[in-house]
Amino acid sequence: MEKLKSLADLKKIREDAREKLDLRVKGDNPGGLVLVKVAMATCGIASGAKPIMEFFVEELDKRGIGAVVTQTGCMGYCYAEPTVEVQLPGREPVVYGFVDRKRADEIIEKYIKNGELVEGIIPVNYEKID
Amino acid sequence: MKEIGLHIMDIVQNSIRAGADEISITLSESISKDILILTVADDGKGMDEGTRRRATDPWFTSRSTRKVGLGLPLLQMNAVLSGGGVKIDSAPGRGTTVTATFGYSHMDRPPLGDVSGTIALLIVSNPAINIIYNHQCEGNSWSISTAEIKEELGEDAVTDLTIVRPLKDIINESVSSIRNIEAGYDKY
Repeated sequence: MEKLKSLADLKKIREDAREKLDLRVKGDNPGGLVLVKVAMATCGIASGAKPIMEFFVEELDKRGIGAVVTQTGCMGYCYAEPTVEVQLPGREPVVYGFVDRKRADEIIEKYIKNGELVEGIIPVNYEKID
Repeated sequence: MKEIGLHIMDIVQNSIRAGADEISITLSESISKDILILTVADDGKGMDEGTRRRATDPWFTSRSTRKVGLGLPLLQMNAVLSGGGVKIDSAPGRGTTVTATFGYSHMDRPPLGDVSGTIALLIVSNPAINIIYNHQCEGNSWSISTAEIKEELGEDAVTDLTIVRPLKDIINESVSSIRNIEAGYDKY
């Protein structure tokens, strides 16, 4: 790939990509965008949350899934970092713990694409020991 | 934290939680002065004097989800280990500025790591906040901001996952062009 120098190049790349993406998004995801939140507090970062977030950003884009990827703070599940909250359009959010690349891949392929739950869910009624 | 890039990610989360509209990250490196300075300045809600003084105490946190707060203490530890330190300026309603100083050639200074990747992720995942990154090296400087990207590409561009990788490449290229790697600067 040619090396990029300016924001004008970035603009062009994005326009090319968007043409392709628009078709795919309209095809298989009419309900709206998938929301992925990666816990990015000190505990998350120390456990490798940044490469996991990069993985989601690149793979969701590459696999043509319309998604918004953001960061949240610590949800109190420090023992299970990196944790990722995934909300499919019109569904309750689900929090996954101990997310490595393998599990992130499973989350995209099984949960995000097919709504099929994968291992590592932190139950909503989980209460931490004080 | 093994890299300066990860410290940036971590400290910026404090600014986000303080409700900042604008966060300015500056990395200033100089081999001639043997110093690396990281500054994270925000216009968030700021801290009163008591909170500011306790901010580097690992047993102090503003959260209720857990009882420790290690972001600033870990930054301070790495800065002090390399012969530098951390300074925090803050006042309620006036925002907070965290300045971490490191000895550039000190063997305990963490490497820069993936700073460009951190900045690209921060820009894309916080579209409502104007993130400004400024890199300075021996009198040269280069900067990029959310506002600039919005102006050039449109408002909605900053949440587009497609731009993360090329944005990271632009930051890498531009920063590399203002520093002489042969002088002994870290890989960027």
